[in-house]
Amino acid sequence: MENPRYWRLKKQRYSLLGEVCPHCDSKIFPPRDICPECGGEAKTDFAFSGKGKVYSYTVMRDAPAGYEQNAPYTVAIVALDEGPMVTAQLTDLGEEPVRIGMPVEMVTRKLREDGEKKGILVYGYKFRPICFHENSQPASQGQAG
Amino acid sequence: MEKNQPASKLLRTDRKTGIVGYGAYIPRYRLPGSEVAMLWTGSPKGSPVKEKAVAGLDEDVITMSIEAARNALVRANIDASELRAVWVGSESHPYAVKPSGTLVAEAIGASNDIQAGDWEFACKAGTEAMVAAIALVGSGMGRYALAIGMDTAQGKPGDALEYTASSGGAAFVIGPREEAIVNIEATYSFVSDTPDFWRRPEQKYPEHGQRFTGDPAYFKHVESAGRVMLEELGMKASDFTYAVFHQPNPRFPLKAGKDLGFTEEQIKPGLLVPVIGNTYAGASMVGLTAILDIAKPGDRILQVSYGSGAGSDAFYLEVTEKIAERRELAPSTADYLARRTEINYATYARFRGKIDMG
Ligand SMILES: [Zn+2]
Repeated sequence: MENPRYWRLKKQRYSLLGEVCPHCDSKIFPPRDICPECGGEAKTDFAFSGKGKVYSYTVMRDAPAGYEQNAPYTVAIVALDEGPMVTAQLTDLGEEPVRIGMPVEMVTRKLREDGEKKGILVYGYKFRPICFHENSQPASQGQAG
Repeated sequence: MEKNQPASKLLRTDRKTGIVGYGAYIPRYRLPGSEVAMLWTGSPKGSPVKEKAVAGLDEDVITMSIEAARNALVRANIDASELRAVWVGSESHPYAVKPSGTLVAEAIGASNDIQAGDWEFACKAGTEAMVAAIALVGSGMGRYALAIGMDTAQGKPGDALEYTASSGGAAFVIGPREEAIVNIEATYSFVSDTPDFWRRPEQKYPEHGQRFTGDPAYFKHVESAGRVMLEELGMKASDFTYAVFHQPNPRFPLKAGKDLGFTEEQIKPGLLVPVIGNTYAGASMVGLTAILDIAKPGDRILQVSYGSGAGSDAFYLEVTEKIAERRELAPSTADYLARRTEINYATYARFRGKIDMG
Protein backbone atom coordinates (compact mmCIF):
# COMPACT_ATOMS: atom_id res chain seq x y z
CA MET A 1 0.00 0.00 0.00
CA GLU A 2 1.10 3.44 -0.84
CA ASN A 3 0.98 6.01 1.89
CA PRO A 4 -0.53 9.45 1.26
CA ARG A 5 2.76 11.21 1.87
CA TYR A 6 4.46 9.24 -0.93
CA TRP A 7 1.50 9.85 -3.22
CA ARG A 8 1.81 13.60 -2.68
CA LEU A 9 5.54 13.44 -3.39
CA LYS A 10 4.83 11.73 -6.70
CA LYS A 11 2.23 14.33 -7.67
CA GLN A 12 4.63 17.18 -6.95
CA ARG A 13 7.40 15.44 -8.87
CA TYR A 14 5.33 14.69 -11.98
CA SER A 15 3.47 17.97 -12.27
CA LEU A 16 4.62 20.72 -9.89
CA LEU A 17 1.70 20.34 -7.52
CA GLY A 18 2.24 22.67 -4.55
CA GLU A 19 0.12 24.61 -2.10
CA VAL A 20 -1.45 28.02 -1.73
CA CYS A 21 -1.66 29.78 1.62
CA PRO A 22 -5.30 30.60 2.52
CA HIS A 23 -4.10 33.48 4.74
CA CYS A 24 -1.71 35.46 2.52
CA ASP A 25 -2.13 33.77 -0.90
CA SER A 26 1.58 32.81 -1.13
CA LYS A 27 2.23 29.93 -3.50
CA ILE A 28 4.31 27.18 -1.91
CA PHE A 29 6.63 24.63 -3.53
CA PRO A 30 7.52 22.02 -2.50
CA PRO A 31 4.42 21.56 -0.34
CA ARG A 32 5.23 21.80 3.37
CA ASP A 33 1.80 22.57 4.89
CA ILE A 34 3.16 25.66 6.66
CA CYS A 35 3.37 28.99 4.82
CA PRO A 36 6.99 30.25 4.76
CA GLU A 37 5.71 33.85 4.44
CA CYS A 38 3.19 34.15 7.27
CA GLY A 39 3.68 30.93 9.25
CA GLY A 40 0.03 29.95 8.88
CA GLU A 41 -1.24 26.49 8.07
CA ALA A 42 -1.38 25.97 4.28
CA LYS A 43 -2.74 22.68 2.99
CA THR A 44 -4.68 23.77 -0.11
CA ASP A 45 -3.39 22.14 -3.31
CA PHE A 46 -2.16 24.49 -6.01
CA ALA A 47 -1.14 23.47 -9.53
CA PHE A 48 1.67 25.68 -10.77
CA SER A 49 1.55 26.94 -14.37
CA GLY A 50 5.01 25.47 -14.94
CA LYS A 51 6.26 28.76 -16.38
CA GLY A 52 9.31 30.51 -14.98
CA LYS A 53 12.72 32.02 -15.68
CA VAL A 54 16.27 30.74 -15.21
CA TYR A 55 17.64 32.35 -12.03
CA SER A 56 21.03 30.62 -12.19
CA TYR A 57 22.50 27.48 -13.72
CA THR A 58 25.50 25.17 -13.84
CA VAL A 59 26.70 22.49 -16.27
CA MET A 60 27.24 19.05 -14.69
CA ARG A 61 30.02 17.09 -16.37
CA ASP A 62 30.50 14.38 -13.75
CA ALA A 63 27.05 12.98 -13.13
CA PRO A 64 26.07 11.17 -9.93
CA ALA A 65 25.12 7.46 -10.08
CA GLY A 66 22.04 6.82 -12.19
CA TYR A 67 22.47 10.01 -14.23
CA GLU A 68 25.68 9.12 -16.15
CA GLN A 69 23.85 8.53 -19.41
CA ASN A 70 22.72 12.16 -19.52
CA ALA A 71 26.06 13.88 -18.80
CA PRO A 72 26.87 16.60 -19.50
CA TYR A 73 23.64 18.28 -18.53
CA THR A 74 22.50 21.61 -17.16
CA VAL A 75 20.93 22.12 -13.75
CA ALA A 76 19.16 25.41 -13.07
CA ILE A 77 17.44 27.24 -10.28
CA VAL A 78 14.18 28.33 -11.85
CA ALA A 79 12.12 31.20 -10.44
CA LEU A 80 8.52 30.13 -11.04
CA ASP A 81 6.13 32.86 -12.23
CA GLU A 82 4.12 32.33 -9.02
CA GLY A 83 7.16 33.03 -6.82
CA PRO A 84 8.91 29.90 -5.48
CA MET A 85 12.34 28.75 -6.70
CA VAL A 86 12.90 25.16 -7.80
CA THR A 87 16.08 23.32 -8.78
CA ALA A 88 15.76 21.10 -11.84
CA GLN A 89 17.50 19.86 -14.97
CA LEU A 90 17.08 21.79 -18.20
CA THR A 91 16.27 19.73 -21.28
CA ASP A 92 15.64 20.14 -25.03
CA LEU A 93 18.17 22.97 -25.19
CA GLY A 94 19.03 22.27 -28.83
CA GLU A 95 21.61 24.82 -29.94
CA GLU A 96 20.22 27.50 -27.65
CA PRO A 97 22.74 28.83 -25.10
CA VAL A 98 21.35 28.96 -21.56
CA ARG A 99 21.15 32.46 -20.09
CA ILE A 100 20.00 34.04 -16.85
CA GLY A 101 16.40 35.21 -17.28
CA MET A 102 15.62 32.71 -20.06
CA PRO A 103 11.88 31.87 -20.02
CA VAL A 104 11.34 28.17 -19.41
CA GLU A 105 8.41 25.81 -18.95
CA MET A 106 7.95 22.56 -17.02
CA VAL A 107 7.91 19.23 -18.82
CA THR A 108 7.73 15.72 -17.31
CA ARG A 109 10.71 13.61 -18.37
CA LYS A 110 12.62 10.50 -17.41
CA LEU A 111 15.05 11.48 -14.65
CA ARG A 112 16.98 8.23 -14.30
CA GLU A 113 16.90 4.46 -14.57
CA ASP A 114 17.54 2.38 -11.50
CA GLY A 115 19.56 -0.83 -11.55
CA GLU A 116 21.03 -1.79 -14.94
CA LYS A 117 17.90 -2.13 -17.09
CA LYS A 118 16.12 -4.09 -14.35
CA GLY A 119 14.97 -1.39 -11.96
CA ILE A 120 12.28 1.22 -11.92
CA LEU A 121 12.24 4.22 -14.26
CA VAL A 122 12.03 7.48 -12.37
CA TYR A 123 10.09 10.37 -13.91
CA GLY A 124 9.84 13.98 -12.82
CA TYR A 125 9.82 17.60 -13.82
CA LYS A 126 12.47 19.32 -15.87
CA PHE A 127 12.37 22.67 -17.65
CA ARG A 128 12.88 23.54 -21.31
CA PRO A 129 13.06 26.84 -23.17
CA ILE A 130 9.55 28.12 -23.97
CA CYS A 131 9.24 27.39 -27.65
CA PHE A 132 5.63 28.15 -28.56
CA HIS A 133 3.72 31.41 -28.72
CA GLU A 134 2.14 32.69 -25.56
CA ASN A 135 -1.54 31.97 -26.26
CA SER A 136 -0.62 28.29 -26.39
CA GLN A 137 -1.08 27.56 -22.71
CA PRO A 138 -3.44 28.59 -19.94
CA ALA A 139 -2.57 32.01 -18.57
CA SER A 140 -0.05 31.87 -15.75
CA GLN A 141 -0.93 33.34 -12.38
CA GLY A 142 1.31 36.35 -12.90
CA GLN A 143 4.22 37.48 -10.77
CA ALA A 144 3.62 36.61 -7.12
CA GLY A 145 4.83 39.17 -4.59
CA MET B 1 -30.20 -0.35 -33.28
CA GLU B 2 -33.48 -1.13 -35.08
CA LYS B 3 -33.85 -4.91 -35.24
CA ASN B 4 -35.51 -5.11 -38.66
CA GLN B 5 -32.84 -3.21 -40.56
CA PRO B 6 -30.08 -5.17 -42.32
CA ALA B 7 -27.06 -5.25 -40.02
CA SER B 8 -24.56 -2.53 -40.85
CA LYS B 9 -20.87 -3.29 -40.63
CA LEU B 10 -20.29 0.17 -39.19
CA LEU B 11 -19.89 0.73 -35.46
CA ARG B 12 -22.06 3.50 -34.08
CA THR B 13 -22.91 4.41 -30.51
CA ASP B 14 -26.40 4.98 -29.09
CA ARG B 15 -25.17 8.13 -27.38
CA LYS B 16 -23.38 10.29 -29.93
CA THR B 17 -19.74 11.14 -29.31
CA GLY B 18 -17.02 13.37 -30.64
CA ILE B 19 -13.46 14.54 -30.20
CA VAL B 20 -13.60 17.31 -27.60
CA GLY B 21 -9.84 17.91 -27.44
CA TYR B 22 -6.73 16.87 -29.36
CA GLY B 23 -3.02 17.25 -28.74
CA ALA B 24 0.08 16.39 -30.74
CA TYR B 25 3.60 15.67 -29.60
CA ILE B 26 6.66 15.52 -31.84
CA PRO B 27 10.11 15.54 -30.22
CA ARG B 28 12.55 18.25 -31.23
CA TYR B 29 15.37 16.21 -32.81
CA ARG B 30 15.50 15.32 -36.53
CA LEU B 31 17.73 12.73 -38.20
CA PRO B 32 18.05 13.44 -41.95
CA GLY B 33 17.53 10.41 -44.19
CA SER B 34 20.80 11.30 -45.91
CA GLU B 35 22.67 10.61 -42.61
CA VAL B 36 21.32 7.06 -42.49
CA ALA B 37 21.97 6.50 -46.20
CA MET B 38 25.58 7.80 -45.96
CA LEU B 39 26.40 5.40 -43.15
CA TRP B 40 25.02 2.25 -44.71
CA THR B 41 25.39 2.88 -48.46
CA GLY B 42 28.10 5.54 -48.72
CA SER B 43 25.73 7.81 -50.63
CA PRO B 44 23.30 10.42 -49.24
CA LYS B 45 20.57 9.26 -51.63
CA GLY B 46 17.92 6.58 -51.22
CA SER B 47 15.96 7.57 -48.12
CA PRO B 48 12.18 7.53 -48.59
CA VAL B 49 11.84 10.49 -46.20
CA LYS B 50 13.61 13.85 -45.81
CA GLU B 51 14.05 13.31 -42.08
CA LYS B 52 12.52 11.66 -39.03
CA ALA B 53 11.71 12.84 -35.52
CA VAL B 54 13.88 11.37 -32.76
CA ALA B 55 13.06 11.38 -29.04
CA GLY B 56 15.65 12.88 -26.69
CA LEU B 57 17.56 10.89 -24.07
CA ASP B 58 15.01 11.62 -21.36
CA GLU B 59 11.95 10.94 -23.50
CA ASP B 60 9.86 7.80 -23.97
CA VAL B 61 6.25 6.85 -24.70
CA ILE B 62 5.22 7.89 -21.17
CA THR B 63 6.75 11.38 -21.25
CA MET B 64 5.58 12.07 -24.81
CA SER B 65 2.07 10.86 -23.96
CA ILE B 66 1.97 13.22 -20.98
CA GLU B 67 2.71 16.26 -23.15
CA ALA B 68 0.22 15.28 -25.88
CA ALA B 69 -2.41 14.57 -23.20
CA ARG B 70 -1.83 17.96 -21.55
CA ASN B 71 -2.37 19.64 -24.94
CA ALA B 72 -5.55 17.63 -25.52
CA LEU B 73 -6.94 18.49 -22.06
CA VAL B 74 -6.28 22.21 -22.54
CA ARG B 75 -8.19 22.11 -25.83
CA ALA B 76 -11.00 20.03 -24.29
CA ASN B 77 -11.24 22.67 -21.57
CA ILE B 78 -11.93 20.03 -18.92
CA ASP B 79 -10.19 19.05 -15.72
CA ALA B 80 -8.25 15.78 -15.89
CA SER B 81 -10.24 14.53 -12.90
CA GLU B 82 -13.30 14.29 -15.20
CA LEU B 83 -11.67 11.55 -17.32
CA ARG B 84 -12.96 7.98 -16.84
CA ALA B 85 -10.22 6.30 -18.92
CA VAL B 86 -6.60 6.99 -19.83
CA TRP B 87 -5.52 4.55 -22.53
CA VAL B 88 -2.14 4.48 -24.23
CA GLY B 89 -1.65 2.54 -27.48
CA SER B 90 1.98 1.84 -28.40
CA GLU B 91 4.45 -0.83 -29.41
CA SER B 92 7.24 0.81 -27.42
CA HIS B 93 5.85 1.00 -23.89
CA PRO B 94 8.84 1.65 -21.57
CA TYR B 95 7.97 -1.36 -19.41
CA ALA B 96 7.19 -4.89 -20.59
CA VAL B 97 5.08 -5.31 -17.46
CA LYS B 98 3.73 -2.12 -15.80
CA PRO B 99 1.20 0.04 -17.56
CA SER B 100 2.12 3.36 -19.12
CA GLY B 101 -1.45 4.54 -18.58
CA THR B 102 -1.30 4.76 -14.79
CA LEU B 103 1.78 6.98 -14.81
CA VAL B 104 0.40 9.21 -17.58
CA ALA B 105 -2.90 9.47 -15.67
CA GLU B 106 -1.16 10.45 -12.46
CA ALA B 107 1.06 13.04 -14.16
CA ILE B 108 -1.84 14.80 -15.88
CA GLY B 109 -3.90 14.85 -12.69
CA ALA B 110 -6.52 12.21 -13.47
CA SER B 111 -8.29 10.60 -10.51
CA ASN B 112 -7.72 7.08 -9.22
CA ASP B 113 -11.25 6.08 -10.28
CA ILE B 114 -10.44 5.30 -13.93
CA GLN B 115 -9.63 2.66 -16.52
CA ALA B 116 -5.95 2.93 -17.43
CA GLY B 117 -4.80 -0.05 -19.50
CA ASP B 118 -2.34 -0.07 -22.38
CA TRP B 119 -3.29 -1.18 -25.87
CA GLU B 120 -1.16 -3.21 -28.24
CA PHE B 121 -1.78 -3.88 -31.93
CA ALA B 122 1.43 -2.82 -33.68
CA CYS B 123 0.76 0.53 -35.40
CA LYS B 124 -2.99 0.57 -34.76
CA ALA B 125 -2.80 0.36 -30.98
CA GLY B 126 -3.65 4.06 -30.75
CA THR B 127 -6.77 3.90 -32.90
CA GLU B 128 -7.86 0.73 -31.08
CA ALA B 129 -7.76 2.87 -27.92
CA MET B 130 -9.82 5.53 -29.75
CA VAL B 131 -12.54 3.01 -30.66
CA ALA B 132 -12.63 1.78 -27.06
CA ALA B 133 -12.87 5.36 -25.79
CA ILE B 134 -15.74 6.05 -28.20
CA ALA B 135 -17.52 2.92 -26.91
CA LEU B 136 -17.01 3.89 -23.27
CA VAL B 137 -18.37 7.40 -23.79
CA GLY B 138 -21.04 6.21 -26.24
CA SER B 139 -22.37 3.67 -23.75
CA GLY B 140 -22.70 6.32 -21.09
CA MET B 141 -20.19 4.63 -18.76
CA GLY B 142 -18.21 7.85 -18.64
CA ARG B 143 -18.40 11.40 -19.94
CA TYR B 144 -14.77 11.66 -21.12
CA ALA B 145 -12.06 9.18 -22.11
CA LEU B 146 -8.50 9.86 -23.22
CA ALA B 147 -7.00 7.78 -26.05
CA ILE B 148 -3.32 8.14 -26.95
CA GLY B 149 -1.26 6.70 -29.81
CA MET B 150 2.47 7.19 -29.23
CA ASP B 151 5.68 5.44 -30.20
CA THR B 152 9.46 5.64 -30.08
CA ALA B 153 9.89 3.27 -33.00
CA GLN B 154 13.20 1.53 -33.63
CA GLY B 155 14.73 -0.04 -36.72
CA LYS B 156 17.66 -2.42 -36.57
CA PRO B 157 20.85 -0.55 -37.59
CA GLY B 158 21.18 -1.01 -41.34
CA ASP B 159 17.58 -2.19 -41.84
CA ALA B 160 15.38 -0.25 -44.27
CA LEU B 161 13.10 0.64 -41.32
CA GLU B 162 15.86 2.78 -39.87
CA TYR B 163 15.17 5.55 -42.37
CA THR B 164 11.62 5.97 -41.16
CA ALA B 165 11.05 4.47 -37.64
CA SER B 166 10.46 7.59 -35.57
CA SER B 167 9.00 9.10 -32.41
CA GLY B 168 5.78 11.03 -31.85
CA GLY B 169 2.03 10.73 -31.64
CA ALA B 170 -1.18 12.31 -30.45
CA ALA B 171 -3.86 12.26 -27.75
CA PHE B 172 -7.62 12.64 -28.16
CA VAL B 173 -10.22 13.37 -25.50
CA ILE B 174 -13.44 11.65 -26.54
CA GLY B 175 -16.60 13.16 -25.06
CA PRO B 176 -20.28 13.91 -25.62
CA ARG B 177 -21.48 15.25 -28.96
CA GLU B 178 -22.66 18.59 -27.55
CA GLU B 179 -19.06 19.54 -26.68
CA ALA B 180 -17.41 18.06 -29.77
CA ILE B 181 -15.04 19.94 -32.04
CA VAL B 182 -15.21 16.90 -34.32
CA ASN B 183 -18.27 14.63 -34.51
CA ILE B 184 -17.48 10.92 -34.68
CA GLU B 185 -20.16 9.61 -37.03
CA ALA B 186 -19.04 5.99 -37.41
CA THR B 187 -16.09 3.62 -37.15
CA TYR B 188 -15.30 0.36 -38.90
CA SER B 189 -12.48 -2.14 -38.38
CA PHE B 190 -11.12 -4.86 -40.65
CA VAL B 191 -8.65 -7.46 -39.34
CA SER B 192 -7.04 -10.73 -40.43
CA ASP B 193 -4.18 -12.94 -39.27
CA THR B 194 -1.27 -11.70 -41.39
CA PRO B 195 2.44 -12.33 -40.62
CA ASP B 196 3.90 -9.12 -42.05
CA PHE B 197 5.78 -7.67 -39.08
CA TRP B 198 6.47 -8.88 -35.54
CA ARG B 199 8.76 -8.71 -32.55
CA ARG B 200 9.20 -11.58 -30.09
CA PRO B 201 9.70 -10.87 -26.36
CA GLU B 202 13.33 -10.11 -25.42
CA GLN B 203 14.07 -8.82 -28.92
CA LYS B 204 14.93 -5.15 -29.24
CA TYR B 205 14.13 -4.77 -32.93
CA PRO B 206 11.22 -6.06 -35.01
CA GLU B 207 11.38 -8.51 -37.92
CA HIS B 208 9.39 -8.15 -41.10
CA GLY B 209 8.42 -10.47 -43.92
CA GLN B 210 9.72 -8.51 -46.91
CA ARG B 211 7.08 -9.76 -49.31
CA PHE B 212 4.24 -9.31 -46.87
CA THR B 213 4.37 -5.61 -46.11
CA GLY B 214 2.71 -4.30 -49.28
CA ASP B 215 -0.30 -5.81 -51.04
CA PRO B 216 -1.56 -8.53 -48.66
CA ALA B 217 -0.90 -6.44 -45.58
CA TYR B 218 -1.06 -2.63 -45.72
CA PHE B 219 -3.08 -2.19 -48.91
CA LYS B 220 -5.53 -5.02 -48.31
CA HIS B 221 -6.49 -3.82 -44.83
CA VAL B 222 -6.38 -0.05 -45.35
CA GLU B 223 -8.34 -0.25 -48.60
CA SER B 224 -10.86 -2.78 -47.26
CA ALA B 225 -11.55 -0.62 -44.22
CA GLY B 226 -11.85 2.53 -46.34
CA ARG B 227 -13.97 0.86 -49.02
CA VAL B 228 -16.45 -0.73 -46.59
CA MET B 229 -16.78 2.59 -44.77
CA LEU B 230 -17.58 4.47 -47.98
CA GLU B 231 -19.97 1.77 -49.23
CA GLU B 232 -21.87 1.52 -45.96
CA LEU B 233 -22.18 5.30 -45.75
CA GLY B 234 -23.22 5.50 -49.39
CA MET B 235 -20.53 8.12 -49.87
CA LYS B 236 -17.60 8.60 -52.21
CA ALA B 237 -14.12 10.03 -51.78
CA SER B 238 -15.17 13.39 -53.20
CA ASP B 239 -17.68 13.82 -50.34
CA PHE B 240 -14.69 14.25 -48.01
CA THR B 241 -12.45 17.26 -47.56
CA TYR B 242 -9.52 15.29 -46.14
CA ALA B 243 -8.27 11.74 -45.78
CA VAL B 244 -5.48 10.55 -43.50
CA PHE B 245 -4.00 7.07 -43.63
CA HIS B 246 -1.38 5.17 -41.69
CA GLN B 247 1.87 6.34 -43.24
CA PRO B 248 4.89 4.01 -43.02
CA ASN B 249 6.41 5.89 -45.97
CA PRO B 250 5.11 8.62 -48.32
CA ARG B 251 4.22 6.18 -51.13
CA PHE B 252 1.81 3.77 -49.37
CA PRO B 253 -0.83 6.27 -48.15
CA LEU B 254 -0.84 8.13 -51.48
CA LYS B 255 -1.41 4.87 -53.38
CA ALA B 256 -4.08 3.55 -50.97
CA GLY B 257 -5.81 6.93 -51.11
CA LYS B 258 -5.70 6.99 -54.90
CA ASP B 259 -7.13 3.45 -55.08
CA LEU B 260 -10.06 4.65 -52.93
CA GLY B 261 -10.58 7.70 -55.13
CA PHE B 262 -8.87 10.38 -53.03
CA THR B 263 -6.68 13.08 -54.56
CA GLU B 264 -3.26 14.18 -53.32
CA GLU B 265 -4.83 17.48 -52.24
CA GLN B 266 -7.10 15.61 -49.81
CA ILE B 267 -4.20 13.56 -48.40
CA LYS B 268 -1.24 15.97 -48.28
CA PRO B 269 -2.37 18.09 -45.27
CA GLY B 270 -2.27 15.01 -43.02
CA LEU B 271 0.79 13.44 -44.62
CA LEU B 272 3.60 14.11 -42.14
CA VAL B 273 5.80 11.07 -42.83
CA PRO B 274 8.19 12.95 -45.19
CA VAL B 275 9.25 15.28 -42.35
CA ILE B 276 8.75 13.22 -39.16
CA GLY B 277 9.00 9.61 -40.37
CA ASN B 278 6.71 6.78 -39.33
CA THR B 279 5.48 7.29 -35.76
CA TYR B 280 3.82 3.85 -35.77
CA ALA B 281 0.86 3.92 -33.33
CA GLY B 282 0.89 7.71 -33.57
CA ALA B 283 1.01 7.99 -37.36
CA SER B 284 -2.57 8.47 -38.55
CA MET B 285 -3.46 10.20 -35.27
CA VAL B 286 -0.77 12.89 -35.45
CA GLY B 287 -1.64 13.27 -39.15
CA LEU B 288 -5.22 13.95 -38.06
CA THR B 289 -4.04 16.68 -35.64
CA ALA B 290 -2.35 18.50 -38.54
CA ILE B 291 -5.68 18.41 -40.42
CA LEU B 292 -7.65 19.65 -37.39
CA ASP B 293 -5.25 22.59 -37.13
CA ILE B 294 -6.55 23.88 -40.49
CA ALA B 295 -10.01 22.28 -40.91
CA LYS B 296 -13.23 24.30 -41.18
CA PRO B 297 -16.66 23.54 -39.72
CA GLY B 298 -18.49 21.04 -41.92
CA ASP B 299 -15.31 19.46 -43.30
CA ARG B 300 -15.55 15.68 -43.49
CA ILE B 301 -12.48 13.56 -42.75
CA LEU B 302 -11.79 9.86 -43.35
CA GLN B 303 -9.07 8.43 -41.09
CA VAL B 304 -7.74 4.90 -41.62
CA SER B 305 -5.00 3.39 -39.46
CA TYR B 306 -3.03 0.21 -40.08
CA GLY B 307 -1.41 -2.21 -37.66
CA SER B 308 0.63 -5.22 -38.66
CA GLY B 309 -0.64 -8.62 -37.77
CA ALA B 310 -2.98 -7.11 -39.19
CA GLY B 311 -5.87 -4.67 -39.23
CA SER B 312 -7.22 -1.20 -39.94
CA ASP B 313 -9.59 1.11 -38.07
CA ALA B 314 -11.55 3.60 -40.15
CA PHE B 315 -13.22 6.74 -38.74
CA TYR B 316 -15.77 9.02 -40.36
CA LEU B 317 -15.35 12.44 -38.76
CA GLU B 318 -17.09 15.76 -39.27
CA VAL B 319 -15.68 19.05 -37.98
CA THR B 320 -18.00 21.30 -35.93
CA GLU B 321 -18.13 25.08 -35.48
CA LYS B 322 -16.42 24.72 -32.07
CA ILE B 323 -13.06 23.99 -33.71
CA ALA B 324 -11.94 27.60 -34.17
CA GLU B 325 -12.11 28.70 -30.53
CA ARG B 326 -10.46 25.55 -29.17
CA ARG B 327 -7.56 24.80 -31.49
CA GLU B 328 -5.75 28.00 -30.48
CA LEU B 329 -5.53 26.81 -26.87
CA ALA B 330 -2.52 24.50 -27.37
CA PRO B 331 0.55 24.36 -29.64
CA SER B 332 -0.27 23.35 -33.21
CA THR B 333 1.30 20.39 -34.96
CA ALA B 334 3.03 22.92 -37.25
CA ASP B 335 4.57 24.48 -34.11
CA TYR B 336 6.08 21.10 -33.23
CA LEU B 337 7.31 20.61 -36.80
CA ALA B 338 9.00 24.01 -36.74
CA ARG B 339 10.76 23.27 -33.44
CA ARG B 340 13.61 21.36 -35.02
CA THR B 341 17.21 20.51 -34.13
CA GLU B 342 19.12 18.42 -36.65
CA ILE B 343 21.30 15.61 -35.26
CA ASN B 344 23.86 13.29 -36.83
CA TYR B 345 23.91 9.50 -36.71
CA ALA B 346 26.28 9.36 -33.73
CA THR B 347 23.98 11.52 -31.59
CA TYR B 348 21.00 9.48 -32.79
CA ALA B 349 22.71 6.24 -31.78
CA ARG B 350 23.37 7.67 -28.31
CA PHE B 351 19.81 8.97 -27.91
CA ARG B 352 18.18 5.72 -28.93
CA GLY B 353 20.53 3.36 -27.06
CA LYS B 354 21.97 1.78 -30.22
CA ILE B 355 25.55 1.59 -28.97
CA ASP B 356 25.10 -1.97 -27.66
CA MET B 357 23.89 -3.25 -30.98
CA GLY B 358 23.93 -6.97 -31.34
ZN1 LIG C 1 0.78 32.70 4.20
